[in-house]
Amino acid sequence: MIEVLETHCKLVYLKAMTDLDKIRNFSIVAHIDHGKSTLADRLIQDCGGLSAREMSEQVLDNMDIERERGITIKAQTVRLTYKAKNGETYVLNLMDTPGHVDFGYEVSRSLSACEGSLLVVDASQGVEAQTLANVYQALDADHEIITVLNKMDLPAAEPDRVKSQIEDVIGLPADEAVAVSAKTGMGIENVLEKIVTTLPAPQGDATAPLKALLVDSWYDAYLGVMTLVRVRDGVLKKGMKVRMMATGAVHTIERVGVFGPKPTAVDQLGPGEIGFINAAVKTVSDAKVGDTITEDRRVCDDVLPGFKPSVPVVFCGLFPIDTADFPALREALEKLSLNDSSFSFEAETSAALGFGFRCGFLGLLHMEVIRERLSREFDLDLISTAPSVVYQLTMTDGSKRNMHNPADMPEVTRIRSIEEPWIKATILTPDEFLGQVLTLCVERRGEQIDLTYAGSRAMVVYRLPLNEVVFDFYDRLKSATKGYASFDYQIDDYVEGELVKVSILVNSDPVDALSMIVHKEQSEYRGRAICARLKDLIPRQMFKIALQAAIGGKVIARETISALRKDVTAKCYGGDVSRKRKLLDKQKEGKKRMRQFGKVDIPQNAFLEALKMGDN
Amino acid sequence: MPASRLESACAPNAAAVPLSLYIHWPFCVSKCPYCDFNSHIAGELDEAAWLRSMCAELEHMARIAAETLSTDKLRLETIFFGGGTPSLMPPKIVSALIDKAATLFSFANNIEITAEANPNSAEMKQMESFHSAGINRLSLGIQSLHNEGLAFLGRAHSVDEACNALEQALTLFDRVSADLIYGLPEQTAAEWQQQLTQIIGFGIQHLSAYQLTIEPGTIFHSRTRAGAILTAEPDHVADLYELTEDIAAAAGLPAYEVSNYAAANNQARHNLTYWQSGNWIAVGPGAHGRITYPHQQKRRHFRLRRSPGGWLNDVASNGHAIEEDRIEAACDMYEEYWMMGLRLVKGMPLTPPFFAPDIALPGSVFCLDAEWQARFCKEGWLIEEGGCLKASLQGRMRLDYMLGKLLG
Ligand SMILES: Nc1nc2c(ncn2[C@@H]2O[C@H](COP(=O)(O)OP(=O)(O)OP(=O)(O)O)[C@@H](O)[C@H]2O)c(=O)[nH]1
Ligand SMILES: C[S@@+](CC[C@H](N)C(=O)[O-])C[C@H]1O[C@@H](n2cnc3c(N)ncnc32)[C@H](O)[C@@H]1O
Ligand code: SF4
Ligand SMILES: [Mg+2]
Repeated sequence: MIEVLETHCKLVYLKAMTDLDKIRNFSIVAHIDHGKSTLADRLIQDCGGLSAREMSEQVLDNMDIERERGITIKAQTVRLTYKAKNGETYVLNLMDTPGHVDFGYEVSRSLSACEGSLLVVDASQGVEAQTLANVYQALDADHEIITVLNKMDLPAAEPDRVKSQIEDVIGLPADEAVAVSAKTGMGIENVLEKIVTTLPAPQGDATAPLKALLVDSWYDAYLGVMTLVRVRDGVLKKGMKVRMMATGAVHTIERVGVFGPKPTAVDQLGPGEIGFINAAVKTVSDAKVGDTITEDRRVCDDVLPGFKPSVPVVFCGLFPIDTADFPALREALEKLSLNDSSFSFEAETSAALGFGFRCGFLGLLHMEVIRERLSREFDLDLISTAPSVVYQLTMTDGSKRNMHNPADMPEVTRIRSIEEPWIKATILTPDEFLGQVLTLCVERRGEQIDLTYAGSRAMVVYRLPLNEVVFDFYDRLKSATKGYASFDYQIDDYVEGELVKVSILVNSDPVDALSMIVHKEQSEYRGRAICARLKDLIPRQMFKIALQAAIGGKVIARETISALRKDVTAKCYGGDVSRKRKLLDKQKEGKKRMRQFGKVDIPQNAFLEALKMGDN
Repeated sequence: MPASRLESACAPNAAAVPLSLYIHWPFCVSKCPYCDFNSHIAGELDEAAWLRSMCAELEHMARIAAETLSTDKLRLETIFFGGGTPSLMPPKIVSALIDKAATLFSFANNIEITAEANPNSAEMKQMESFHSAGINRLSLGIQSLHNEGLAFLGRAHSVDEACNALEQALTLFDRVSADLIYGLPEQTAAEWQQQLTQIIGFGIQHLSAYQLTIEPGTIFHSRTRAGAILTAEPDHVADLYELTEDIAAAAGLPAYEVSNYAAANNQARHNLTYWQSGNWIAVGPGAHGRITYPHQQKRRHFRLRRSPGGWLNDVASNGHAIEEDRIEAACDMYEEYWMMGLRLVKGMPLTPPFFAPDIALPGSVFCLDAEWQARFCKEGWLIEEGGCLKASLQGRMRLDYMLGKLLG
């Protein structure tokens, strides 16, 4: 194992732990794309964490999908050493966090391991929805905040306007904001100085019983289960027997290390330090995020507060196109959940799609990311159903149940009421688009809570049903505001709604994968829209296809796709036979991507496309 | 054909195994924008080399046929000179090949020897020598009887040339066939009807009417991908197809295959060999051959090198240009049996002629999907009759779709 480590991770042993007052722990938080990871690059580089040769852009975004999309999905921790102007050498623990709302739980975990935050604001864009969401989280975590105005190299940078916005909208003093360009490296030194001079040093007692927060855990192909910890009191050492307070599990520590950013073994981690441990933990689920780690023979008095569990709010069915891939899909989901405990999955059968899984995600981007990783990393061809939210049903007999899948909706006569989740959404938009944003929110059954202006930007706070948001809200918001609005939300509460299930029938066969729960007032429009869309998406076939949308037994929309009458190779002689054979084989291959409904085949993408009704 | 030559061949023998021979001439005057055949614009040709090589390969093929069929009693039923443009062939080569074949095989009494011809005046001048060489059937690539149609199809001949060629062919050869292409953009039913009536009026015994197909790798294909619409609307094409069938039948040329119409006793026997999974050997660049091993439920399939230059080289060094020579498993053989056989109006026996009951095969190998077969019979697209399965007109129109289901 050590050999493996040495070749793959260049393991170097460092010596003893650091004095508390020479440690600074901070998270980097910001709205999406404001430059957190790029700023982290510069900080790593300035502190000599990586040589120029080892450096790449957003070096911490190491998953393929992160690099490709240019976003951070997983928070990353790096330990740096910085020789300050006062001559002292400091240990800085930096945590780069994702900006997207779906990965907010990563932010909250990182915050709980630090005393301060760098709030990065793009000096050309200003305060956005996740700037607000993240800064409030940081304040809740009692963080000292350093405001960093990034992208000062851009001609469109307007530091003064953005400063006053920070003061008006967030209520933070901005006169001491550090102006930097993470791209050119301008001002980075000032950020580092500011970190050591204004952020508080961590506190803790090295002699007290061990008390450490389990911040995160994941599976590493070379190192096994990795557990990220923040030590509060006491000392973590190799060979120590530790106890996980919540699960009661006892493990022997096999390795203690830090990320520099490469994993590097150290003798021990003392109070205020952030690092990783490897223990003989088989699965990630044995290392419960938010748990308190203590020493088995000297247990600490109280447990740390831990984290609010992350609950999946968006669900969809994932089905292998080739039914034989079902076991492979199960294995892939199990493997992915080792690194991402925030999504759920359970087996599901669909009349239309066969065997698959109903999966729960933290949001639409999270869903997209998992889906993409399944196809990319595991080479699986999948069909996914439209995203749905969790409904709470109250039955006529008074019992209650959760419904993750519209296909599971019981007989209407047995349902007393259906409740749906509402969110509190914050939208920031240039005021010229305010009208369109308000119209969109009203169309989506929104209720206005607040509307304020800061300069030429408006901030609207709305309550919205989540099911309206998972439909195509982002796309619509984006197109209505030319991409200039930003959006953030929190789950608010459950409210009873007049909801109905719209079923889609192809030649009278219900396509369970296309059924949807919608508000009664929108049912006809949505049913019509799906039928019309399907008519465009399903290629004409040799048989006539009748498309219907229905609520219960009542048809609310219908379309017909007329039959094709001719499909035959005109010329087929001696030499053509082989070519024709190839065509036939291709046709067989293509069949895998089709789902058969009675006599007609529907291409899989018709399902997804039908539900993406971007423009009206 | 001169009677003396027939006699010089081995005497026809009842026990001889029937065989067909395809000869490919891969050169044309120009390349038509819709054509994906193995055709090239000829430069200077080394006639002697082509003559030598084609004869050499023919000799090799005779050996292959004898070896695969375990007999040297082989009787040629048909020979077909296809292309490219075989009417451009030096008559010397045509005649040498027929002579060579006569030394290698016995000839059926009523042997059918067809050549494809482009109706250009220059090429038609050669037809007399083709006839003396032994060609007894001519297939003329007329394509359209309208100059606009010919221009759209990028053809090198005019309507006048086509008509002259037809008349000339009909005086020279006993059997003449014409090819037409339909389904051109904006083509009306009336216009197509007029062409059909006119061409049948010449007195031809056989007609091939092909729906214009956009084949990958052609100029029409790239133009289509760039957004051009080069074919008629699918529903309209289906109408034209039904119309063709009516008009040809009324004129005494009923359909006998998806795109082929013939008077009694005038079906193309060479092509029937393909559709009925018969045995044929091949000579010339890119040609394919198929021979069924007797009583073994397997078939030999070979393919010759496609590029003319490569073909010449291979034959020079090996005596043949076989690039692929493989044995098809029973399931592929049966798949092809239906793929080709259902194109015929009379269909094919549900039990294929080469079915060997003594060789155990899983039932599914030669069975069609029973559920779909029943469904298509109910729809009236397939008809089971007297131990045969055939497709109706409506079925033939949808044959590719049905094959996908039946063989899936
Ligand atoms: N011109 C300029 N571009 C910058 C600067 N900092 C970052 N960028 C660019 O902004 C984009 C986003 O940068 P990231 O560092 O990935 O942003 P992030 O905040 O980590 O994004 P998420 O992790 O997805 O929330 C990239 O294209 C960077 O190259 C800067 O100072 N100047
Ligand atoms: C081997 S080809 C060519 C024979 C001869 N060289 C000629 O062009 O007349 C035989 C026939 O196939 C038909 N054909 C070729 N390509 C076609 C296409 N893309 N669509 C429809 N018919 C086609 C033409 O009618 C042609 O006469
Ligand atoms: S003449 Fe015939 S073979 Fe030659 S390119 Fe034209 S269609 Fe093809
Ligand atoms: Mg990032």
